[in-house]
Amino acid sequence: MIETDIIIIGAGPVGIFTVFEAGLLKLKCHLIDSLPQAGGQLTEIYPKKPIYDIPGYPTVDAGELVDKLMEQSAPFKPGFTLGESAVTIDEVEDDMFIVTTNKGTKHKAPIVMIAGGLGVFEPRKPPVENLEKFEDNGVEYIIKDPEMYQDKKVVVAGGGDSALDWSIYLVENNIASELSLVHRRSSFRGHLDSVQKVMDLAEAGKINLITEAEVVGLNGNGSLDAVQIKHKDGSSVEKSTDHFVPLFGLKPSLGPIGDWGLEIEKNAIKVNTRDYSTNRPGIYAIGDVNTYEGKLKLILCGFHEGTIAVQSAFARIYPDKKNVLKYTTVNGVNGFE
Amino acid sequence: MADNMITIHIIDREGVTHDLEAPTDMNMNVMEVCRSYELPVEGRCGGMAMCATCQCYLESDTELPEQSDSELDMLDEAFFVEDNSRLGCQIHISDEIDGIVLKLAPEGN
Repeated sequence: MIETDIIIIGAGPVGIFTVFEAGLLKLKCHLIDSLPQAGGQLTEIYPKKPIYDIPGYPTVDAGELVDKLMEQSAPFKPGFTLGESAVTIDEVEDDMFIVTTNKGTKHKAPIVMIAGGLGVFEPRKPPVENLEKFEDNGVEYIIKDPEMYQDKKVVVAGGGDSALDWSIYLVENNIASELSLVHRRSSFRGHLDSVQKVMDLAEAGKINLITEAEVVGLNGNGSLDAVQIKHKDGSSVEKSTDHFVPLFGLKPSLGPIGDWGLEIEKNAIKVNTRDYSTNRPGIYAIGDVNTYEGKLKLILCGFHEGTIAVQSAFARIYPDKKNVLKYTTVNGVNGFE
Repeated sequence: MADNMITIHIIDREGVTHDLEAPTDMNMNVMEVCRSYELPVEGRCGGMAMCATCQCYLESDTELPEQSDSELDMLDEAFFVEDNSRLGCQIHISDEIDGIVLKLAPEGN
């Protein structure tokens, strides 16, 4: 069991900065994020995009901002549970919460702050009938264990880097016995060298390249036997296969946040703007995941919300302790040992 | 009509046409206009051409500027794409598109 003062669900910019503000009040934080790295959508979706409305930075790339926030929070030694998504929040004795992830990791704290942004990143699933019926019976959205494709027939779909790179990997390492790559267009927009490699492998007869086509159906009795591929010209063929791996990137969805007994409005958690608390005492929501009258989904506003929320969290944890605002300029930053 | 206003016609997923007045002087795009009228356009990425939740089909013969690489990249990976697919967030509200007709693509991107 991981124990801390504040469990922060979501390691995006707002979650990371909240570690700093909590640290000034000598509160320790532990962050949970479904992605394998900190930074949330800034790192996952647009690391190279410039942001122009961070005070003091005329321009800063999203990835660089995350690096700076991590550096700023480092003295307060945050803990991380990455690559796991928070699934349940249970209240136990002594006004404590236990947050459990999809992998069973348990975290205990008197305060939970949800800084979940747009939600949990999940694979984008193509609109193919029966797709969910074959999940884990021949359909996988993420390649976790390449060995499972040893000597199997595999159909990969998608035109981005992950579709290209995995196709190359499964062929060059002599894993798949037959590999087909299905893409809706005739050109690929992945990295040029990956595209060239796929073209070379197709030329050499090692990748069965099927372009201007889409997988539109799946066949099989219990487990997958074949995919139905429809070409742009309207013709359709059935291709026998053991696995279908659609690789169309990730998309965020509110996911389990909707099941935590919190008041939800327009896909976001309703909060009291006095301290960004939710309807469950001890649970706060900050950043893009919350909503209130006048809400602006800006990183800037999330920083403010986290700062206010930790003051309220302090008062909840230590109802008898006096707390006054101290300026970092006066006191400096006294990190944790 | 007031200065700096145009009309765009959005056909929703039930086939109903909405005639929306949109200002040309607020640096807006079609996705933002749809959202301001509370039409069911998610605009998840905020307008960076990095999701396809504002995908729509161009139904009028309005001349639009050439699509950027980032828009084409996104449409490459999107679902329900047709030859007349566009990302609403990449269509700037300007006098040139007055009267444009766009149909919202299905949800699921």
